[in-house]
Amino acid sequence: MLLIRCPWCGFRDQSEFQAQGEAHITRPEDPYQLDEEQWGQYLFFRKNPKGVHYERWVHVHGCRRWFNVVRNTMTDDILATYRPEEPIPVLSDEETNQPT
Amino acid sequence: MAEASKAYSIFSLVRNSLNYHQNWQRAWRNPQPKQDYEVVIVGGGGHGLATAYYLAKECGIRDVAVVEKGWLGGGNTGRNTTIVRSNYLWDESAALYEHAMKLWEGLSNELNYNVMFSQRGLLHLAHSVHDMQEIGRRGNAIYLNGIDSEFVTPQQVKEMVPFINLECRYPIHGALLQKRGGTARHDAVAWGYARAADNLGVDIIQNCEVTGFQIEENTVKGVETTRGRIGAKKVGCVVAGHCSILAEMAGFRLPIESFPLQALVSEPVKPILDCVVMSGAIHAYISQSDKGELVIGAGSDSYTSYSQRGGFDVIEHTVGPILELYPIFSRLKMLRQWGGVVDVTVDRSPLISKTPVNNLFFNCGWGTGGFKATPGSGHVFAHSIKSGDMHPIADPFSINRFNTGALIDEGAAAAVAH
Repeated sequence: MLLIRCPWCGFRDQSEFQAQGEAHITRPEDPYQLDEEQWGQYLFFRKNPKGVHYERWVHVHGCRRWFNVVRNTMTDDILATYRPEEPIPVLSDEETNQPT
Repeated sequence: MAEASKAYSIFSLVRNSLNYHQNWQRAWRNPQPKQDYEVVIVGGGGHGLATAYYLAKECGIRDVAVVEKGWLGGGNTGRNTTIVRSNYLWDESAALYEHAMKLWEGLSNELNYNVMFSQRGLLHLAHSVHDMQEIGRRGNAIYLNGIDSEFVTPQQVKEMVPFINLECRYPIHGALLQKRGGTARHDAVAWGYARAADNLGVDIIQNCEVTGFQIEENTVKGVETTRGRIGAKKVGCVVAGHCSILAEMAGFRLPIESFPLQALVSEPVKPILDCVVMSGAIHAYISQSDKGELVIGAGSDSYTSYSQRGGFDVIEHTVGPILELYPIFSRLKMLRQWGGVVDVTVDRSPLISKTPVNNLFFNCGWGTGGFKATPGSGHVFAHSIKSGDMHPIADPFSINRFNTGALIDEGAAAAVAH
């Protein structure tokens, strides 16, 4: 089980949270201008990386607020958590190059 | 299939028993990869080996290599809970899984290998009014597709599973029964297909990881592997857990995310449970293997991961309801617990598809329940690779459905757990 730092509440047990998938996917400005391919890409196609993953979580059994997590999907190590309005953290190679 | 001298039979068993079983032939060769093949299959699990077998057996393509990064059946083929059923809601799924079911029914004979397919019956429990409505809708849809399914009462469930607790926190209102459902021995499926394919001339190359694709003018020409380049006119990727990684090597994305899925088995006990009991509502799946272990499948974790480890809370959420339903199991010790990586699409249906790269085909995204489809998946995929156009049963499972919107939504249909 993961210990997750909510940017508002501090470290809490994973059972208080829900994972909500890849972060930083921006809704297209004008969906009506998109063709099927672009709309499908936006809705369904994901990076699904083996390694560093930027993702959204929600503190559903806590403050109910959304935030972002950087996690290594090979080790499940959480590298950073940050609020939606905060800039995307830049991680050094050392930080992201977690042992497998 | 097998040459007479190599075929397993009562006579070969007697002959070899006289030699204290020391002279059995190897089940398959261990060849060096050739420079070129007509078809290279990436992934030596059940689906990949089945694809190779049907390519050689039915499509007349014997110049085939199966490249596997580990050992045969060492991925999700060896990690699943071995359940076979075809009680799906949508017509497209029903056609695919029932196609597989029909192949299962003759598979041991076809492969000359005992895959221990046991149609012991499969109960899907309903715990609420909503569950009853769901099995009502799905059961009738299955019936209209000509697939066996029966509604049974709580009393009939009790007759099948006398020690079940009907009046518990998850009361049983009824169940959907597929009598033709059951289990098969997962390793034997991989080994049986491998042996039969090898017999037809397919090269099975283990410890050979694909590290890239050779693509010229948007057409695949071969694969780069840890054992060198292998040329191919056509490449079929049949991997579980890492299809997004392979797709990235080929330069495109898939509508897939990968999650941990866990299972556990108990210490072996005398026969007590002679059918499969599943409950989608509470993520509890249980059956008893021929060794006597209770095989329990859990739900998947909510976050993506390639760690092959899931959270302990998921096990708790599975074991808790199982003990509510079957208090008799409360003293059993669990022997093993493990996790695998499952590639899940948004609609919980697989991808059997062409890709943006010519002559490169993908068969993946089977999510939490691909084992049951192994023969059918390999069969339709082999015919699709052979002709270059997707087999009619495979056609609706194109990647393109995520652009057109023609999803096959087994997730919302709740026929499967996830």
